[in-house]
Amino acid sequence: MYSNKFLAGLAISTLVSSMSVATWAAEDTIKVGVLHSLSGTMAISETTLKDTVLMMIDEQNKKGGVLGKKLEAVVVDPASDWPLFAEKARELISNNGVSVIFGCWTSVSRKSVLPVIEELNGLLFYPVQYEGEESSKNVFYTGAAPNQQAIPAVDYLMNDLGVERWVLAGTDYVYPRTTNKILEAYLRDKGVAEADIKINYTPFGHSDWQSIVADIKRFGSEGKKTAVVSTINGDANVPFYRELGNQGLSAEDIPVIAFSVGEEELSGIDTAPLVGHLAAWNYFESVDSAENEAFINGWHKFIKNDKRVTNDPMEATYIGFNMWVKAVAKAGTTDVDKVEQAMIGITAPNLTGGVATMNKAHHLSKPVLIGEVQADGQFEVVWETDGLVDGDAWSDFLPGSKDIIADWTAPIKCGNYNTKTKTCSGQNY
Amino acid sequence: MLKTVRCIASVMALLVLAGGVAVAADAQSETTEEATATEVTSAEPQVDSVAVATVAIEARTVPDLLRDLAQASLNETPAIVDALASSGGLSMLPLFQAMLAGELYYERETLRILRIAENEAGDDVASDVLTDADLGPVNARDYRKVRINNRVRGQLRDAIARINLTEGSADQRRAAATAMLDGIDDSTVAAFEQALKTETDAQVRDVIEVGIAMAVLKSAATESEQLVALEQLDGRLEAPVRNLLTSIAESSGDGRPTAVQRQAAAIVSGINARIEHYQFLEQLFFGLSLGSVLLLAAIGLAVTFGVMGVINMAHGEMLMLGAYTTYVIQQLMPQSINLSIWVAIPSAFIVAALFGMLIQRFVIRYLAGRPLETLLATFGISLILQQSVRTIFSPLNRRVISPDWMSGSWQINPVLSLTNNRLYILAFSLIVFFILLLILKRTSLGLNVRAVSQNRDMARAMGIRTDIVDAMTFGLGSGIAGIAGVALSQLTNVGPNLGQQYIIDSFMVVVFGGVGNLFGTLLAAFSLGVANKFLEPVTGAVLANTFILIFIILFIQKRPKGLFPQKGRAAE
Repeated sequence: MYSNKFLAGLAISTLVSSMSVATWAAEDTIKVGVLHSLSGTMAISETTLKDTVLMMIDEQNKKGGVLGKKLEAVVVDPASDWPLFAEKARELISNNGVSVIFGCWTSVSRKSVLPVIEELNGLLFYPVQYEGEESSKNVFYTGAAPNQQAIPAVDYLMNDLGVERWVLAGTDYVYPRTTNKILEAYLRDKGVAEADIKINYTPFGHSDWQSIVADIKRFGSEGKKTAVVSTINGDANVPFYRELGNQGLSAEDIPVIAFSVGEEELSGIDTAPLVGHLAAWNYFESVDSAENEAFINGWHKFIKNDKRVTNDPMEATYIGFNMWVKAVAKAGTTDVDKVEQAMIGITAPNLTGGVATMNKAHHLSKPVLIGEVQADGQFEVVWETDGLVDGDAWSDFLPGSKDIIADWTAPIKCGNYNTKTKTCSGQNY
Repeated sequence: MLKTVRCIASVMALLVLAGGVAVAADAQSETTEEATATEVTSAEPQVDSVAVATVAIEARTVPDLLRDLAQASLNETPAIVDALASSGGLSMLPLFQAMLAGELYYERETLRILRIAENEAGDDVASDVLTDADLGPVNARDYRKVRINNRVRGQLRDAIARINLTEGSADQRRAAATAMLDGIDDSTVAAFEQALKTETDAQVRDVIEVGIAMAVLKSAATESEQLVALEQLDGRLEAPVRNLLTSIAESSGDGRPTAVQRQAAAIVSGINARIEHYQFLEQLFFGLSLGSVLLLAAIGLAVTFGVMGVINMAHGEMLMLGAYTTYVIQQLMPQSINLSIWVAIPSAFIVAALFGMLIQRFVIRYLAGRPLETLLATFGISLILQQSVRTIFSPLNRRVISPDWMSGSWQINPVLSLTNNRLYILAFSLIVFFILLLILKRTSLGLNVRAVSQNRDMARAMGIRTDIVDAMTFGLGSGIAGIAGVALSQLTNVGPNLGQQYIIDSFMVVVFGGVGNLFGTLLAAFSLGVANKFLEPVTGAVLANTFILIFIILFIQKRPKGLFPQKGRAAE
């Protein structure tokens, strides 16, 4: 008997926790959906972005809202469960009637949301660096495409550090596999021999790096300068860097350049073994600019903790939100089709002292920065591109996609347009 | 009971397998095949400004150079460091060391360079970088750090090695000489020959002589001289030696190899054979070390699941509690990280044991004999514990600092080194295992536990308070999981998901080893660890895990009771 009561209690508590935290207001507002995981494995990264959107909404409302109406956040928790992302997106658009959604982190969650958002003609701002090969009418990609992160990073290693041998290490899922495929094609094109490229995949949350690091050490001791290009995701990075430190591989011998390690990830770990390793992003908290200082101060005030760091996806959320506000003001409505057209060509200041422009392919133009990890968990910028790099949705280095472009302006209006055959593929993305 | 166990183990293994396959399939379908590339991106290589800087800094004194250093951009710094090394000589050692450690600062207005470091009390204290004179406490905010990058770090390390070659302790001299083998040129040879005149330590002389022999091979010396040099290099394991010999052996451009090339090829094959031998040892160590982690994760479960027969899905969260206890203890005593680990071990045991006893008293006790309901209830508890930790400590990982004595590695020879943290954890896991064994075999609690698990009714008839024994046993198993959590906090992330990573592995080890048999758990952990590490280089990490799971499924089909089934009446 007791056990039944207990199980019932358990069931109820699960039910309550999975219900959305929607707030209903009586007055006429514009609703903004926030679709980031607040529990489960991805909560570690996504909770911060939820807070960033809330902060931006708060600031916008202080300025008088948009079109004379206040903004109202509708926060849901897809709990790091990919199919649940699709359900929650449907709920946000159909039940709550949101005008725009800010959300998703992993590529698989975005792929899960995509059909729903296209079917219901919603609007999604996706703020994370990703593998490219996609452009949807209903999605704006404010994170980096591979040519805005991976390719410049490899150029830096090759030209400035004289790297000749490459280890491409990644977690076994879509983003690292596609990125590594693009990088391998790029390196071969640059004349790197097949024997000088080593590709290695590990499961999510891999914690025993002994043999892989020993292998990298051997690969790097054969006389040529070696670097590791890491697309290792999330938690697995900490034991990886620790093992590198313990086996005595320093950043001068074999530098590791990471695409998924930012200030937020470093704040949870002992950075001593990481000093000197690299990361490629479009933004670092350490960048010295007036916008950045204002953003960091606003963030510390909003989150009531001046130890919290900022990172690249937060900047992407910041840019995306400001662009959406501008586009709505320009279109004079929150109607998705009108806002979508108004978005193209919209500019907004980024946090590194420049200006981001939304391109025809629904991607941004961004500067690319390379930073070295410092002992305090921040990055020291050691290299940056001369100007802005336009996001390329379809990689030029993959045979399947080099003739394909995305252009959402008339007359093409297509996310998957083949410039050779002059046709738009049947699929929308 | 046994059937349920077997069924659960297979289902879990299948779930993991299905997940792995799905991810792999997904990745395949998302990517396009083969690749050729056409275009170059817009990123341009940067122009180096070092050449420009070099001209300007010639004929400057050390104080001038130091002022330059404060203002230098990262591109100018290397030239200044070179100039300092050549004009300052040995006296630059403390400056270079401070710079490498990131303790070099300059005053914003006067550009005066000094060293700022934390003292034991945690205050920032400045000292003169060359004389080491104490300048008292300062506010680090008034000063700026002298910026360095990897290139400067490499340069500083070289410069320090050159100074250490004559000035350091024997170990430092040897390390410096070994580091200098990489990239031998005329100036290195000169430094080596200079050092050899005064060097008395046999090991250091040995390394220096290897370096000189390498230089002979690289130079245009006569064949007989080169053959003598080759003899010197026979059997050396240092990577630069092997690379040099390999390039000599493979350089036979026009037909017949020379005597030097033949000799080099013979030496290389000898070296390679030795390296392979050490690689085998290294893999064995990796396997044992993975085994020790598995053992630590599973050993608490061997008590709660193995001896008591409770399917405890919240076992992983006991590991998590132990790891978080380590974090909290470190927060409480930030000045003595090395000591905190010794405080953390008993604390983690008590915290996890208390939670274990609470769970036993208020949930599991009422579900005795109903394994499926126990499974669901404990799974619910594990979710509750995870989310509570997320609420209390935030979803972000917490930072646990490793004590000094646990980082670094034990360098046996140039190709074989064992990492200290793994060595300690291997020893620790065995100590915990044997203590547990002693408790179960030699104490009255152990006797009671065994009696209750073999025949509950009979034990009760003999006057044993079975409910108290149950609570104590569950507390013991959970407490040991807590201790394991302390060890895991040194290897992996301390976060809310820590437990989930180990729960499947733990069940796997206990079921494979034979439920209720502690020695089975020990053997299963080590054999699975070693098997995994020998598979990994061949198949990759993802497939290695998959193969191990398939193997266990098949093994359980053949021998449902694991490696060491319990015998006699206790078995049924």
